[in-house]
Amino acid sequence: MTPVLQVSGLKTHFFTRAGVVKAVDGVDFSVAKGEVMGLVGESGSGKSITGFSILGLIDPPGRIVEGSVRFNGVELANAPEAALQTLRGNRIAMIFQDPMMTLNPVLRIDTQMMEAIAAHERVDRKTAWQRSRDALGLVGIPSPEERLRAYPHQLSGGMRQRVAIAIAFLNRPDLIIADEPTTALDVTIQGQIIHEAQKLTHQMGTAMIWITHDLAVVAGLADRISVMYAGRIVEQGPTDSVIDRPLHPYTVGLLGSVPTSNKRGERLFQIEGMTPNMLALPEGCAFAPRCRRANGACARQPQIEDIAGRAVRCFHPHTAAAAE
Amino acid sequence: MTDATTQVAAPRAPARVETPFQRFASEFLESRIATAALLVLLTIIVLAVLAPWITPQNPYDLAQVDVLDGRLPPGSEAYAGYTMWLGSDGAGRDLFSAILYGLRISLSVGVASGIIALAIGMAVGLLAAYAGGRTETIIMRVVDLQLSFPATLVALMLVAVLGKGIDKIILALVVAQWAYYARTVRGTALVERSKEYVEAAACLGLSNARVVFRHILPNCLAPLIVVGTVQTASAISLEATLSFLGVGLPQTEPSLGVLIANGFEYMLSGRYWISVFPGLALLLTVVTINLVGDQLRDVLNPRLKK
Repeated sequence: MTPVLQVSGLKTHFFTRAGVVKAVDGVDFSVAKGEVMGLVGESGSGKSITGFSILGLIDPPGRIVEGSVRFNGVELANAPEAALQTLRGNRIAMIFQDPMMTLNPVLRIDTQMMEAIAAHERVDRKTAWQRSRDALGLVGIPSPEERLRAYPHQLSGGMRQRVAIAIAFLNRPDLIIADEPTTALDVTIQGQIIHEAQKLTHQMGTAMIWITHDLAVVAGLADRISVMYAGRIVEQGPTDSVIDRPLHPYTVGLLGSVPTSNKRGERLFQIEGMTPNMLALPEGCAFAPRCRRANGACARQPQIEDIAGRAVRCFHPHTAAAAE
Repeated sequence: MTDATTQVAAPRAPARVETPFQRFASEFLESRIATAALLVLLTIIVLAVLAPWITPQNPYDLAQVDVLDGRLPPGSEAYAGYTMWLGSDGAGRDLFSAILYGLRISLSVGVASGIIALAIGMAVGLLAAYAGGRTETIIMRVVDLQLSFPATLVALMLVAVLGKGIDKIILALVVAQWAYYARTVRGTALVERSKEYVEAAACLGLSNARVVFRHILPNCLAPLIVVGTVQTASAISLEATLSFLGVGLPQTEPSLGVLIANGFEYMLSGRYWISVFPGLALLLTVVTINLVGDQLRDVLNPRLKK
């Protein structure tokens, strides 16, 4: 089956006055129809920039310097703006982190939703309105007719994120990029939003890239996980195996620092050190300075290796743990 | 989490959806001074608009103006039989009538130049904020250059070159004031532009023009309205200044400034009313517009929200 999205060797660099920031530096992954791919990493690891690169929404001084983004077989990397504009919101939609900020405060919900339809299709207002209402119903918003007439400030955070999801699904896109859509919400609402998103992707066969720093969120949602560190994917594989038997020391560290109930009273594990300065990345493995397993070999750049059906970028993977 | 969807916490929908305008109106009316100022201003506007129907004399119609009525003190009876409550000027014009007709000119000049300057400044400011780069630099340096001259000086020079007449004075006022609007719009548009909803709009595949005019512009309106009212008031007083100096409007179209200038020479001879009443009318207009503008700023500025 051909994947909906095939990203290979993607490099997005920012040419700042202080130097070149290699925000995304050689990322490969693909997403199949109906599949949810979790893109995990801490702040500044390049996961959001990866999302924006797919949509071609990188503002100067940044640009895609290398690699390809093939969407349904069409090359998107450095494609003309007009071509990208017809895809955005139509075939590829995006959901943002902060539902308080993504809706225009001075426009009513119906205006914003109908506008999203009208941007890509010639439909009369009545049809557009009906589709907007149905979309709100689909994401579990009660009495959608009333909500359509509301302004964003009259809705709660969770409600607004539902509206944002409804807008994303309006034109039945093939791919949705969700950039930390639950981070700004409290845990119960988080659960509901994840549930709705999962239900809709399965119903409509939409592929989804779920960008997050929260492993707990993707654990229950994603089919596959890609872990990013300093602009590169360090581990990639099916969710269950990555969560249960992480191979890369960074993934091990991430999973270890999730607070769980059986560690009550103990000190929580944390990965030592700080995220690296993106202006001065180490020569070899970017994680080496914080890694307990690092030795002389790590002065070189590790390549992606296939271990037990997973892609890992490390000289010293936790294969012993994998064998257990 | 299993029955999460059935338990969606729906906030009670308000029975009547309050539009932003309704909210704004009720907040505006909270201040008594501003409400009073708004009422006075509206009265002034209504009087000015209805001038031809409520004044006893048309000061533009020379057949109705009698030189024998000249310089009569307030309360005198005119030759034609009506009472001149505010007296008359040197040419025998009834001051009450002349002030209302003068207000018509002053207000329309102020509003027209305000609207034109706002449209130009808004377009230029939005362009600067959205285009960025060299376009922005060039536009904003021109704005800086313009703002470094006093508005009176710019307008005075232009009117001296262009000559008298309503159209010329409006042009001069527009040139003197567009930069204030441009700077205000550019400032707010820069802030709005970096907000996430603009990025979200771009992600929906909306065109640049649509993002700018439909999404960014409405969010810039609040400061623009405030600057608009204050600048309209200053346009009115600037016009009065120019007319007072004799470079604004001609004697045949007496605006408030012309009326004040006409009475100026009589001040020392005790005929105060010829200058003072038009002056009070001008003062009242400008002060009420500014009071309304102040309250608008308080209501529209989120940082001053209680």
